[in-house]
Amino acid sequence: MAEFEKILFKYIDFPEQDRIDTYMKNGGYAAFRKAVTTMTPEEVTDVVIKSGLRGRGGAGFPAGRKWSFLPKGTGKPVYLTVNADESEPGTFKDRELMEKDPHMVIEGTLIAAYAIKCKIAFIYIRGEFTFAARQLTRAIEEARAKGFVGKNISGKGIDIDIVVHRGGGAYICGEETALLTSLEGGMGYPRVKPPFPAVAGLYGCPTIINNVETLANLPHIINRGAEWFASIGTPKSTGTKIFCLSGHINKPGNYELPMGVPLREVLYDYGGGIKDGHNLKAVIPGGSSVPVLTADKIDVHMDFESLAEAGSMLGSAGVIVIDETMCMVRAALNLAQFYQHESCGQCTPCRQGTYWMLVILNRIEHGEGRMEDLDTLLDICDNIEGNTICPLGDAAVPSVRSTIKQFRDEYEYHITNKACLPGTTAPRFE
Amino acid sequence: MEQTTKGQLSKDSITEILRLKAAYPHRKSAILMVLHVVFDQYGYIDREALSQAAELMELPLVDFEQAASFYTLFPNQPVGKYHIQVCRTLSCHLRGAKELVDMLREHLGIGVGEVTSDGLFSLAEVECLGSCGTAPMMQINDAYYENLTRSRIISILDELKTKVRNG
Repeated sequence: MAEFEKILFKYIDFPEQDRIDTYMKNGGYAAFRKAVTTMTPEEVTDVVIKSGLRGRGGAGFPAGRKWSFLPKGTGKPVYLTVNADESEPGTFKDRELMEKDPHMVIEGTLIAAYAIKCKIAFIYIRGEFTFAARQLTRAIEEARAKGFVGKNISGKGIDIDIVVHRGGGAYICGEETALLTSLEGGMGYPRVKPPFPAVAGLYGCPTIINNVETLANLPHIINRGAEWFASIGTPKSTGTKIFCLSGHINKPGNYELPMGVPLREVLYDYGGGIKDGHNLKAVIPGGSSVPVLTADKIDVHMDFESLAEAGSMLGSAGVIVIDETMCMVRAALNLAQFYQHESCGQCTPCRQGTYWMLVILNRIEHGEGRMEDLDTLLDICDNIEGNTICPLGDAAVPSVRSTIKQFRDEYEYHITNKACLPGTTAPRFE
Repeated sequence: MEQTTKGQLSKDSITEILRLKAAYPHRKSAILMVLHVVFDQYGYIDREALSQAAELMELPLVDFEQAASFYTLFPNQPVGKYHIQVCRTLSCHLRGAKELVDMLREHLGIGVGEVTSDGLFSLAEVECLGSCGTAPMMQINDAYYENLTRSRIISILDELKTKVRNG
């Protein structure tokens, strides 16, 4: 367990860190001041590009490069939308940042807004996060009172306002184009890309959508420079990452660690090992939408490239730990129900595919499965993948496909014996 | 929740709706936030109040109805005074969410989707609430209750009942 300096979580448990006076005593808003008084928006973008910062919402797209796609001279307003609709099962990092250190999120939002010349930024926060929404709203008012939000910031003629917008309980709205249709007042249906939001986003205007954790990194990058940030992590996955540990682990919670940390270290050195001394069976390393890794794969490094090489994805870094007492058919069924419930119904392959996967998994789990169901499930996966407007369809596939491929014996046992593999049905509630 | 008349938005709700109407470049963007205002006053989406909100917003009622039906946070009929929503998704399932729901069903004497006869509690199973590191968990109205155990649940429910009894 190597020593390293926390960046995003340095003051996370500091008393009253959510108040602007404490935040500023701990160095807060110095980066925003530095940006508006000593840097042009283009210079800010340049530093972020050089830092290598990649989006923390799941896709890992380089943040600065995304900004540079904004068309110039359209005469239309540019919008920034903060994606705070954290809903990927296994992920709970943005909530902690917003609840405990909301000013860091606001400062990051202000820096990004300055860089892309945006006058109104929207924070789209999932509706259930009532406390986090209150924290952000109060932080914005505190920042307004200090002159960081509003008109003519720092006497430089810069106007930036921030509006907190609460969602209505729909996973789909974390998808960036669905988020935009939702923010426009409609039902959260994703849109076909292109045009990409950078060209035609909110109200048809150029729009940037960044994740909360992505933005929280900006004050630190501005304060300490691109080279410093790029020296943390791996050459292609720079900086730290907040890993969310949940499931059968002794010490669940959020851990900020450098990109590229071995999964084994995350589980055993930080997470305290597998709950109740059981053996590890599987890990979903990047939120529920990525393929399952079997227990023998945990020497993988936790960065975008290494996980892709290992056949999975870093995604949102929601690490779900599954021990030997869990039935993998039941795990797949649980997630299939999630995706079926959350499919917006717009695209046939996703609407129908998630429904039939749920029906078939249900009958296997309840002892009515047929051996040919397994190939049918894989066939449904093939028919969803790549055939939908947004990535929700693709996201519904990995939990089913990877569990069939890697735990086929459990499925077959279920079908043959009409029951879970012995030892995989332990009660779990204390 | 302030004192409320059926089918009539309170003064505070009206003020907030008019504030929201002007808070966005296009007022249609405020629809979800207006639904939150109606929900916060009633605990569900009251039809007449929604109609009044649509008039205040100068937008077609159907836009609000569509949104209310698409998003899961806005029930169209009254739920219990304490609406219990248990997260059922994988991380919580791994820590006993199913057993938690079974226990609540037994303790409250109602099924999922039902309200107790005294109108005090209603029970729902919901998808991931973003609280996986503190599983199992439930949300009662807008508060999260995390790291639940059998004994904690009993004391939470008892506390709420006492609160009601003492007005």
